[in-house]
Amino acid sequence: MIRLTDVKKSFGPNHVLRGINLHVPKGESMVVIGGSGTGKSILIKSVLGLVTPDAGTIEVDGKDATKGDRDAFLARFGMLFQGGALFDSLPVWQNVSFRLMRGALKRPKEEAREIAIEKLRRVGLKPDVADRLPAELSGGMQKRVGLARAIAAEPEIIFFDEPTTGLDPIMSGVINDLIREIVTEMGATTMTITHDMSSVRTIADKVAMLQDGVIQWTGPVGEMDSAGDPYLNQFVTGSAEGPIEAVR
Amino acid sequence: MSSIAHIGAATLAMLAAIGRIAIFAGQTASHLIRPPFYFKEFAQQLLQIGYFSLPVVGLTTIFTGGALALQIYAGGARFNAEAVVPQIVAIGMVRELGPVLVGLMIAARVTSSIAAEIATMKVTEQLDALVTLSTHPMKYLTVPRVLAALIVVPLLTGIGDIIGILGGFLVATKTLGFNEAAYLQNTADFLQTSDILSSLAKGAVFGTIAALMGCYYGMNSGRGAQGVGAATKASVQAAAILILAANFILTGVFFSA
Repeated sequence: MIRLTDVKKSFGPNHVLRGINLHVPKGESMVVIGGSGTGKSILIKSVLGLVTPDAGTIEVDGKDATKGDRDAFLARFGMLFQGGALFDSLPVWQNVSFRLMRGALKRPKEEAREIAIEKLRRVGLKPDVADRLPAELSGGMQKRVGLARAIAAEPEIIFFDEPTTGLDPIMSGVINDLIREIVTEMGATTMTITHDMSSVRTIADKVAMLQDGVIQWTGPVGEMDSAGDPYLNQFVTGSAEGPIEAVR
Repeated sequence: MSSIAHIGAATLAMLAAIGRIAIFAGQTASHLIRPPFYFKEFAQQLLQIGYFSLPVVGLTTIFTGGALALQIYAGGARFNAEAVVPQIVAIGMVRELGPVLVGLMIAARVTSSIAAEIATMKVTEQLDALVTLSTHPMKYLTVPRVLAALIVVPLLTGIGDIIGILGGFLVATKTLGFNEAAYLQNTADFLQTSDILSSLAKGAVFGTIAALMGCYYGMNSGRGAQGVGAATKASVQAAAILILAANFILTGVFFSA
């Protein structure tokens, strides 16, 4: 479904992506792991067109992601941003139903609100949250609202950018379980980027490790611990000793 | 050689910045005439830029009008020309001080607010979120703000002109001994339609500059709190300088004949 071929991206002298080759089949949950600053976010932003790669091709369903109707392309995606990226000036329900209140997927206001409340319920939030502003919510609640927004239009493909960053272990577990449940029940194709190994084990069907601008290792999550790749092994065990430099 | 190189580099950087701002303005104009249009956001900006700026515009212009009356009276007394206070206050407020003060107040209040808001949205990935939700940030954020400023700042300028003249009127009639009816009659007789139209036109140009600079620097801000602060500062500086430069050019265009 999503295929990246030799994707490269540099910022000045900093070569972040040096030739990414990755395939995410339809309905699969791919988790991309890697240390901070290895270009994980740039990778998914390249697929969405938020960042333009310097070289390489990105295909979705065999079609070049940079060509064709941009709105129709983006309508297939949902995205949970690292910090939630909720719109401060809008109440929670309007954040969740943002896509349903404008553009090709526009619905009547009442219907959009009902869908928003239903999605909020799906992520474990009560209807009274709907009329609050994002600033009035805790970090965990904001993540859930972001998750509700990502699934509101029932997209085919969902990206999760560091879904548990900044959350306590219990809330991280709740968010991980929610993502796994939603992905399974929606049958969506997903890409998650994280360095939280508990997220990896809960969410992933397959894992890809990004290191030094390339996919260092990829395979089923069940093979991750026994893969024998020294980079992967160091990352999974969290060891300071190994081929990945601790000081970057 | 080194200092010449620095001057050259600074000149090139300035020209590049002018080019980027010109392209941004062109893109805004292009989005202005192409759907979708976000009417709710536009209405909110009319309120934010127009209605909520009324107190600061009113206070600025009434004190300036009053001070202008005092200055003209004191200065005019040196050559027995105290009687021209109504005429000079009117022409000074309508042709120059009204539009420039309103423009600068809008730059201080609105440009900074727009730049800080959009820069924060950029830093917190809200602009990226807009794109992923199939909403163009230029259409959703820039167009409503620029269009609202284009429409309401001339109105604010007109109101500022009137309040400024009122300030002069109050000072002249309550402290300098001018006759109220005669003051108003002199003001009305002296002002021409072209004075008022030039004032409103300046307001439209200054409003557009103020909103454009806020949006441009907000969307091009750097990272973190420092980036937001730098964008806000740069937006107000650029707006103020461009407003004063545009005022000089427009005054030449309107009144050089």
